[in-house]
Amino acid sequence: MVMKIERDQRRFRQIVRGRIRKNLRKYVTHGEMIGRKGRDLVSIPVPQLDVPHFRFGDNGAGGVGQGEGEEGQPLGKGGDQKSGQGPAGSDPGGGHLLEVDVSLEELAEILGEELELPRIEPRGNASIVQEKAKYNSIRQAGPESLRHFKRTYLRALRRQISTGVYEPKDPRVVPIKADKQYRSWNTVPHPQVNAAVIYMMDVSGSMTDEQKEIVRTEAFWIDTWLSSQYQGIETRYIIHDAVAKEVDEQTFYHTRESGGTRISSAYKACASLIEEQFPQSEWNLYCFQFSDGDNWGEDNEEAFRVLGERLLPVVNLFCYGQVESPYGSGEFLGHLQNRFGDEHEALVLSEIEDKDGIYESIKQFLGKGR
Amino acid sequence: MSTVETSRLPPQLVAMQREVEEYARGHGLDFYPTIFEYIDADQLNAIAAKGGFPVRYPHWRFGMEYEQLSKGYHHGLQKIYEMVINNNPCYAYLMTNNALTDQKLVMAHVYGHCDFFKNNFWFSQTNRKMMDEMANHGNRVRRYMDDVGVEEVEEFIDACLSLEDQIDIHSPFIRRREEKSRYDFADDAARDEREEPPRFRAKNYMDSFINPPGKLAAAAKEMEEKRREAKPFPERPERDLLLFLLEHAPLNGWQADVLSIVRDEAYYFAPQGQTKIMNEGWASYWHSTIMTRQGLTAAEVVNYCDHHSGTLASSPTQLNPYKLGIELFRDIEDRWNRGAFGKEYNECDDERERRNWNTKAGLGRDKIFEVRRIHNDLTFIDEFLTLDFVRDQRLFKFGYNASTEYYEIESREFPKVKRQLLASLTNMGRPQIAVRDGNYKNRGELYLEHTYSGVELQLDYARETLRNLHTLWTRPVHLETIIQDTHTVLSFDGAEHHVEKGEAIELEEGAHL
Repeated sequence: MVMKIERDQRRFRQIVRGRIRKNLRKYVTHGEMIGRKGRDLVSIPVPQLDVPHFRFGDNGAGGVGQGEGEEGQPLGKGGDQKSGQGPAGSDPGGGHLLEVDVSLEELAEILGEELELPRIEPRGNASIVQEKAKYNSIRQAGPESLRHFKRTYLRALRRQISTGVYEPKDPRVVPIKADKQYRSWNTVPHPQVNAAVIYMMDVSGSMTDEQKEIVRTEAFWIDTWLSSQYQGIETRYIIHDAVAKEVDEQTFYHTRESGGTRISSAYKACASLIEEQFPQSEWNLYCFQFSDGDNWGEDNEEAFRVLGERLLPVVNLFCYGQVESPYGSGEFLGHLQNRFGDEHEALVLSEIEDKDGIYESIKQFLGKGR
Repeated sequence: MSTVETSRLPPQLVAMQREVEEYARGHGLDFYPTIFEYIDADQLNAIAAKGGFPVRYPHWRFGMEYEQLSKGYHHGLQKIYEMVINNNPCYAYLMTNNALTDQKLVMAHVYGHCDFFKNNFWFSQTNRKMMDEMANHGNRVRRYMDDVGVEEVEEFIDACLSLEDQIDIHSPFIRRREEKSRYDFADDAARDEREEPPRFRAKNYMDSFINPPGKLAAAAKEMEEKRREAKPFPERPERDLLLFLLEHAPLNGWQADVLSIVRDEAYYFAPQGQTKIMNEGWASYWHSTIMTRQGLTAAEVVNYCDHHSGTLASSPTQLNPYKLGIELFRDIEDRWNRGAFGKEYNECDDERERRNWNTKAGLGRDKIFEVRRIHNDLTFIDEFLTLDFVRDQRLFKFGYNASTEYYEIESREFPKVKRQLLASLTNMGRPQIAVRDGNYKNRGELYLEHTYSGVELQLDYARETLRNLHTLWTRPVHLETIIQDTHTVLSFDGAEHHVEKGEAIELEEGAHL
């Protein structure tokens, strides 16, 4: 009899997908899944997947236990006592949550469908060529682990018959060294399309933790989408106040400087990073800059110059996301708009007022399909 | 018939099965032929996800269950050792990568379950050809899916499953009313016949004196009025909501069939819920008896002990049914061996004397066999959980302390512990709900009543369940319950939920269990 569990599992996955799509905006906005990210899986809390019954509330029920202890001794915290499936009982409105693992690839697909993101057309030819080994030939020498059993024995049989050693009544086939055949490989060129993503962020005093959280959430979704579009992704991080430096991801989100703001420093660092490591001919380049819109007035011209001359001509996309901050002036977006207007297809500007703005902003950034 | 593609039991295990079966019979265990299937962890998880029946109807929740089981297994958090199906023949599953000692232990344990399935009264009405029946259900559901679409059937199953525990677990044993048939119109015909008021026999000329016309007319009028007065519907509150829906909800053919499938399976599984403590206790009693007296070789002892104590480990907030069950059976055996029962023993209040009581009655074995035949968990605990036992086993009652948000040990007092335990076993730990009115407000609405026992319903679940009930009933549905000590009616009319608060209940002493 056939096991039908695959069918059930497929249905279950389908339903989960449907639920995630339905709640995508919420997931995007709250960024709650970033902390749950594994290597290629995210755990997503999906509401109301189990079958509801008339049942007793969790709290207040109590029960009988076994063991030592005085009366009044605490045993465990309420709410997470039974199953650990999120707060139960105490909040009547909240759904019952079930954690489901979804691959990043699948998540990107859902994101793409829901935000109606166009698939990205990689720029130019696939210019990075990787060589891949393909086992498609046979050689006389090789390691025993790769011995081609059938061919070896066929040759041995042929040799035995032709030399008259073979006896049909006692059909023993014994290969000698000359009979042995081994599997072997040829290298085939395998074009690979790669992308580099460079994040820049203003870490001067005026950027608060709340704004950084927005950046972090948005970066998560951008990474997820771009990873699904390219085989290889390199991610780099640049922070700046009055000076810029390249850092790792952890530092990127957790640094706070107190100095002034010189956006041109980040642009310069970004430009030289591209020139040194990611030549335009071989990479699809994505730059994302997040700031609260504060910049030293005299720096603007310098910044625009670097942007216009060294960045915009080489990148697929340059996205400027301005998060609203109580301390920032928020002027830079306007300056950019005035200076470059809509002339540059590679430049996308987006204003992110609060967490709810993330959804739309992702759509603006990635909606160009470049 | 093999239920899955399996490799046959290796010769070593065939020999082992023969050996263990021999031991089990030697102890007087009585079981249907038992077939062991030898499968790997993944297959075992798949079958467990389907409730033990690989042939069961397709449904997404089995897929969900499977994902959770296999995730748990691969992370090393859980492992299923044994699974036995109540069927004739009994099916049991052995996992290929278990150690030999474990296989032997599992076999001994399985024979305990098989004996229990066959002999316990509460299983007496279950279908012993359930493996075939489940396959049959599977075929029917698949056919409906082909006919009307997977999604529609599955969504309907979801709605039915939401109510699957709304059955009357005692109804297989008590005939509460005549079976109704959809095609039986006799009832309606009878109603049309006008009954005459009874007359005394009298000679013609005496008739007007013995049966005065005025009285007769009054009696006739009274009967007419009684007849007009609508019978309540249902006549008595109906606990078997699924049956009520089958008989009265506007279902089409496949829907009624799907609902009846869900109901059949609910009744099939109910005794397992009703006898969890006894069943596991009994099986553990026997694996422990068989293994320690006969089954173990010296080399296997440590391995066995490790596994055995793992199975019986108890945690402060969750009573282990294996542990409670086996200890109670041992306690009963010990007491009946010592003759520590009956009037004289019960009236003795000298603790020392009670502990050392021994009339050399030697009735222990017979008694536990009798207990496994008659009782279910509720009556088992009610009858045999004693003060001494609760103290020896260090049982306590715990409860939720709203001010600290912690579960706390509330009491070690025997009556409180016992009452709590009994309450949690009543109706398999589910709220008691019955159909009170199937024509509420004379508008065909459905009115359910929850018998409040001190614990409130979980509201979000209740709302969603009402929504599912509405899918079947199609007219507005209501549930009367008590929330925050107030009579409350939750309603769902197909579009919106309503909550209607009524009067506060009078708090009686001891109303809260």
